[in-house]
Amino acid sequence: MSETTEKPSETLVEITLNDKKISAPEGSTILDACKQADIDTPTLCWAENLTPVNVCRVCVVEVEGSRALVPSCSRPIEEGMVISTDSERVNTSRRMVLELLASSVELDRADKEILEWITYYGSNPDRMGNSSEIKTSKQPVKIQDDLYVRDYERCILCYKCVEACGDDAQHTFAIATAGRGFEAHISTEFDVELPDSACVYCGNCIGVCPTGALVFKTEHDMREDNSWDPDNQEVTETICGFCGVGCNLELHTQDEKIVKVTSPSDHSVTEGHLCIKGRFGWQHAQPKN
Amino acid sequence: MWTVDPRRTDSAKFADVWLGINVGSDIALANGVANEIIKAGLENKEFINNATTGFEEFVTHVEPWTLERTAEVTGVPVDAIRDLAHGYANAEKAQITWTLGITEHHTAVDNVLALCNLSLLTGHVGRWGSGLVPLRGQNNVQGGGDMGALPNKLAGFQDLDDEETRIKFETVWNSKIPPEPGWHLTDMFNAMERRELRALYVIGENPADSEADVNHSRKALESLDILVVQDVFMTRTAEMADVVLPAALGWAESDGTVTNSERRVQRTRAAIKPPGSAHQEIEIISDLARHMGDNTWGQPTAEELWEELRTLSPMHAGMSWERIENEGGIQWPCPDENHPGSTFLHDRLWKQPAEGRLAPFSCVDDRPPIESLDDQYPLRLTTGRTLDSYNTGVQTSKYNSPIRTGEALELSSADAEKLGILEGERVRVSSRRGSIEMTVKVDPDLPLGLAFTTFHFPELVDVNQLTNSAYDPKSGTSEFKATAIRVEKMINA
Repeated sequence: MSETTEKPSETLVEITLNDKKISAPEGSTILDACKQADIDTPTLCWAENLTPVNVCRVCVVEVEGSRALVPSCSRPIEEGMVISTDSERVNTSRRMVLELLASSVELDRADKEILEWITYYGSNPDRMGNSSEIKTSKQPVKIQDDLYVRDYERCILCYKCVEACGDDAQHTFAIATAGRGFEAHISTEFDVELPDSACVYCGNCIGVCPTGALVFKTEHDMREDNSWDPDNQEVTETICGFCGVGCNLELHTQDEKIVKVTSPSDHSVTEGHLCIKGRFGWQHAQPKN
Repeated sequence: MWTVDPRRTDSAKFADVWLGINVGSDIALANGVANEIIKAGLENKEFINNATTGFEEFVTHVEPWTLERTAEVTGVPVDAIRDLAHGYANAEKAQITWTLGITEHHTAVDNVLALCNLSLLTGHVGRWGSGLVPLRGQNNVQGGGDMGALPNKLAGFQDLDDEETRIKFETVWNSKIPPEPGWHLTDMFNAMERRELRALYVIGENPADSEADVNHSRKALESLDILVVQDVFMTRTAEMADVVLPAALGWAESDGTVTNSERRVQRTRAAIKPPGSAHQEIEIISDLARHMGDNTWGQPTAEELWEELRTLSPMHAGMSWERIENEGGIQWPCPDENHPGSTFLHDRLWKQPAEGRLAPFSCVDDRPPIESLDDQYPLRLTTGRTLDSYNTGVQTSKYNSPIRTGEALELSSADAEKLGILEGERVRVSSRRGSIEMTVKVDPDLPLGLAFTTFHFPELVDVNQLTNSAYDPKSGTSEFKATAIRVEKMINA
């Protein structure tokens, strides 16, 4: 990695994590320390290439002396901190967060680990009522061009797309949250159609979406005709064929065809972000006809 | 962030300050900025003394470039030039990045040298976070040069005219290397005209669309005894060829390496199989060698070729195939396996005393574009690219971009009004070399007298019929950025 990535501090901080004393570099978050100790922590709004926004509350842990549960993704560790990640209070909170989200939005296309956490924490979204009657879950799918599909009945408002469109990556600011309470939603300026907005179609919002609310049109179409088959897909890392930046690409292929392009978020060149050419300009590799 | 560009591009809008420079006055601006830095006493005297030569002469050379004169030549206001000079000189770290706006001029090399002067003057070079950054336009322009695809260099920028170097390569390659440098692209077209160059083998390039004054270039290609084109698509150049060798896609169907703008060598990997009779490029070239009577090549893999390169190119010597895989690419120079690679160059200039050859200031002169404007051709046309498309569109024309607006001649509001032309109207655009029809788009951000277009759709709008093939004798790059044109209303538009 280059110097553009902050080097971990040399100074170590000692904390107690689930009754075990461990040391982690100063400046680490509780989540970093959990990863170091191999403790699986659910996250929804956190991503390693985005600044934490602390909205989903699913990564909360109990810190001795703290009245409220604290988000592990953003809270730095302090000397002598005593942390529990597996207490009843933590597990109840995580179960409830997942239950509430899963009851109000469609999560069947969410990242696999989200579905695993729902099972692990024993969430039962159905006890919140019939999800089809909940306002947020019935919205028409937005297909306004050949590249993006925005299916907001799957949106948990984690803000990752807003962050990636804004000052965490693209600096385009084409989308933001609009409305309040149940009306809160992700919107372009004045709710114009995407091609008329400031959007530059980098696809970085799709790259960070954890629930399948934002997907590439190729993936959406294949899911609709039941040909999307992740178990039958391979991922090959290569370098974009266009400009001289050298963005790393992950080519997802199924039956000898590219079906999706992503980028590794831990690579120093662009930390997982691409432009329209890298993300969508691969179609010359397999013209439709 | 300052952006210097004749057009108010998206990057210019993003910047803190936009300097709307007159096309082709980059050296004037650089000399003016240099003079202001010196006049204000903001130069880095310690660095200049330690690492450079020719400073006294340079001071005298740029002295006539007062803020007022610079403003007059460049069209940039005095205050903006002063701000840029002071901002750059006073910054703790500063970079100058550029691309074809600097190099597609008949003064290409001098433009670059003028920018180098600024970095030497302020010491913004040879330290992490500072420097001179030519942004490469293609995924392996850097790698192509690194591998010796230059007329006078062998792999690793080693000089062809050095006998010891040649012997080193000849021993490994088991063949004689001619000591005379070859031609660069522009020289090749000149040689075709002189009928000295009679056979051409084009790999992955589309000069029948991309060359300046393209009618002229097409004639030269047609005059060849034999044209062989190796490409992924049936480009216009491939259509002209006697033999087409269908090739696998570099980035999705082949294993190999490419080198990006920051000199990072990275792995490409085959994810899909090439269609039909398309073959790996290494395979095609090795087969050609065999047909030409050399049976020693065999069918090397990308990894085998890389391992051979490491033995020949000292700056790549430390990059094992395995390391490139594991470390997500390595930046050259990387002389041995324990070397981490180099995130920046020229730190030798900061050693006390500086190591190696000192960096010379260059006294370079402002020279306006070759084609001046006159009553016949009163508008300046500059060509460029848009975000979603790529060069002659061979690859990017295959996907539907929602932000693609189609090829158009962009005119300033004032020029459109003067000519009585409305947005969407068809016009005839003529230069001293050719004449084409285009649709007009009015761009209120363009300054008076400047027109702009891309060249991404040559089959629809053959823009390079207009551009000027006059070139910088030092680099061979044509002056795509400065064409004199005339725009006329179509009678039956």
